[in-house]
Amino acid sequence: MSLTSAPAVRARAVLPGFRLTLGTTVLYLSIIVLIPIIALVLTGAGIGPARLWAIITAPRTLASLRITITAAAVATIINAAYGLLMAWVLVRYRFPGRRLLDALMDIPFALPTAVAGLSLTALYSANGWFGSVLEPLGLQVVYTLGGIVLAMSFTSIPFVVRAVQPVLEELDPALEQAAASLGSRGFTTFRRVIFPAIMPAWLGGVTTSFARSLGEFGAVVFIAGNLPFKTEIASLLAYIRLEEYDYEGAAAIALVLMVLALVLLFVSNMVQLRAARHGAVTA
Amino acid sequence: MTIEIAQMTRSFGKTAVLRGIDLTVADGELVALLGPSGSGKTTLLKIIAGLDWPDAGRLTVDGADWLKLDPQDRRIGFVFQNYALFPHMTVRDNIAFGLTVRPKGQRPGRAEIRRRVDELLGFLQIGALGDRHPAQLSGGQRQRVALGRALAIEPTVLLLDEPFGALDAAVRRDLRQWLRGVHDATGTTTIFVTHDQEEAFELADRVVVMDQGRIVQTGDAATIHDSPATPFVADFMGASIQLPVTVQGGRLAAPGLDAGHLPARLPDGPARLFVRPEDLTPVPDPGGPWTVASVSNTGAHLRLVLSDAAGTEIPADLRRRSPRAAQIAPGMRVNLRPEHASVFPAETA
Repeated sequence: MSLTSAPAVRARAVLPGFRLTLGTTVLYLSIIVLIPIIALVLTGAGIGPARLWAIITAPRTLASLRITITAAAVATIINAAYGLLMAWVLVRYRFPGRRLLDALMDIPFALPTAVAGLSLTALYSANGWFGSVLEPLGLQVVYTLGGIVLAMSFTSIPFVVRAVQPVLEELDPALEQAAASLGSRGFTTFRRVIFPAIMPAWLGGVTTSFARSLGEFGAVVFIAGNLPFKTEIASLLAYIRLEEYDYEGAAAIALVLMVLALVLLFVSNMVQLRAARHGAVTA
Repeated sequence: MTIEIAQMTRSFGKTAVLRGIDLTVADGELVALLGPSGSGKTTLLKIIAGLDWPDAGRLTVDGADWLKLDPQDRRIGFVFQNYALFPHMTVRDNIAFGLTVRPKGQRPGRAEIRRRVDELLGFLQIGALGDRHPAQLSGGQRQRVALGRALAIEPTVLLLDEPFGALDAAVRRDLRQWLRGVHDATGTTTIFVTHDQEEAFELADRVVVMDQGRIVQTGDAATIHDSPATPFVADFMGASIQLPVTVQGGRLAAPGLDAGHLPARLPDGPARLFVRPEDLTPVPDPGGPWTVASVSNTGAHLRLVLSDAAGTEIPADLRRRSPRAAQIAPGMRVNLRPEHASVFPAETA
């Protein structure tokens, strides 16, 4: 008898419902995420390269992009450092109030961004708690780039903390003990053993923090003062263009923000993938 | 390096993990700390390394007080149970780590570090793996890298925590021989922790048996195997069968037990006999109190289950090709003859 005469058996999936669940999720993702992005890209493409270039390089657009990117970069640098520190404190030490502090880290996510913007403005305005101290010293926060940075870093800080925290928690204490027995001390151990292990997760958190800051709107518009060429962010300008029924203008600016965020996300994922290949822990 | 440990205690909260450890390890010796999990052996190892600290006691190495030293200053080669290799570094960088973190004045030059790493890679027979990352290695290869990383700093003392625990049986035997070779070549004072008696006996010059935070016996393989110091050691060394006996005038007696030939250096009274299944020979006797309840064949041995009227069941192993084995059949009544056993006073509970 030849083997080919044996009846063919169709493999059956052990877990049922694959098609249904995948279908549902992909459909939903398409409606809620992919189609809007494609629509935006198509609108952008419909404008035509010359007109698109003209919109983007218009002085007011350029100024708003410069302000947005600068503020987002500064806010992200602050969050990158502070978030790492906060994650370290939450994971490495046991102290009364740790759980409360941990819960507080979620507030920027949960709080409506408009509320955040309002309270920050109230605090830092000339007669607010902080503003009344800072302004006589010549440090004005509201209606300046500093205010934008503040609002951006407020709303995006949990990204870094929450990205680093679980990875730091999972980090094998034996790694640090091994480093110590080999003669490595404090900061050297952090730099050569701990940080490389948490770097991919940290970078992921930093990238999302930056992407979120680029698009932050609600918190920023309250504190920024929104002066064109001075404190007007890109997403607000897009909104203004829309208000003026200038769909092309709005789409062009939105497109720039989107491309920036996507490129960043792509680079960050590449770095994380490279690190993951060598066994470092990723989020 | 001579390690001296005296009156060492350590508790985690209310749990006493070390309850007074006294131990001296001679220069160049290879010592095994043997015991079940929870006996405190890993804690003792970590204290020697400076990765944990005792509540009380002394730890001196060549006369120097090591409890005053940070782990970084002890120059310990520590091999962790899961190896704890740095995942983001190549094998080469892992091994070089201890050299590259030295302060500027003591750090060897790049070329020198490279030469030392090459030398170790060759010595550990992993020369081809230098540029791989730990995730790309097998368990046995990781073990070698972990040892290489520890040896690179030319450690004063080499400490290994369950060095073969995560490996399969064949690799384990192989690496055991190899580690012995490494020790003989370097002459470094070495202590390793294990719960596997065979591993301890095969590898170590001297075995230290620990139980519940105490050292219960120290000696070579033959001494511990044949003359266990406590009921715990007897049981841990495989004498898992306990039989109640009576000591009378230096002789052992129990119904159905042919133990008159065994020495019994105990005062008269009740006692406990500890026997290994392979040291227990069933002798057919129609009036014997034990019945052969079942016989199973494991290839080299017949594994018998013997039961008595009270329902007690004990195992016995017979070499399948021995003349004795041919006489045994299920349902047969037998007496027991322990060829070798240890006697301890009955528990005074």
